[in-house]
Amino acid sequence: MIAGINIYEILTLTSILFFIGVYGFFTRENLITVLLSIELILNAAAVNFVLINTYLYPDLLQGAIFSIFIIALAAAETALAIAIIINLYKLIYSVEVKDTETMKY
Amino acid sequence: MEAILFYILATLMIIFAVASVTSRKILRAVIYLLFVLICIAGLYFLINYNLLAAIQLTVYGGGVIVLFIFSVLLVHHVELELEKTSLKKKIIAGIISLLGLGITLWAIFTYTFKTATTSYSSIEVKDIGFKLLSYGDGGFILPFEVISVLLVAVMIGAIIVAKGKKLKEN
Repeated sequence: MIAGINIYEILTLTSILFFIGVYGFFTRENLITVLLSIELILNAAAVNFVLINTYLYPDLLQGAIFSIFIIALAAAETALAIAIIINLYKLIYSVEVKDTETMKY
Repeated sequence: MEAILFYILATLMIIFAVASVTSRKILRAVIYLLFVLICIAGLYFLINYNLLAAIQLTVYGGGVIVLFIFSVLLVHHVELELEKTSLKKKIIAGIISLLGLGITLWAIFTYTFKTATTSYSSIEVKDIGFKLLSYGDGGFILPFEVISVLLVAVMIGAIIVAKGKKLKEN
């Protein structure tokens, strides 16, 4: 718990972060920058898990552990997505969203 | 003191997050994201959850950002500027996000949270370790195993996907 800060201020901060990520997800046209926006969204969620845990249920650990899982999943997702992006660049020499129109089959 | 620190971190976080989704130089956008992630690690330090702050700094600051920088340098020219997004798209996205933010904030502020009164000091590494490996009530051994299998699968998958066509030809 942060002294002098109530839970509403923290939830406001994380909601703003989340919707900045959503805005980036809608406006960006490059696959790597779309991934950056997804990272912002995931981080806002992880902060929410930890802070709600410490403010509402300080004697439990569920939120704290779930945030570790979120970070692991985010790292896995980034690694796989970047592998796909690099493969795509080898195939069509572009990582713009509008150029990726066909799937493998 | 802690409140002032929180406000400084929050301001920095929002400024850099906006810069990260609007910057037209892609490498700069990645570095702005790095600053946001470091500020979030600072937030974890503020609530005395040192393990997660360390994980955040090593996995995000050390791993994910380096991956991003590598991929940017592999597929782009460093000086390249992204295409401008059309104003119409920006306005629509802005309206959707503001609407979502408004609804979320309305939902948050109309709900009364029952903030716990028991004193909280910190989340200890020892408790996290025991909880992750306990198979009793409320233990996390199964998701822990699943995530380790998932990480191995992702490692192999990423290697195979990034290798691409060459694997098929051999």
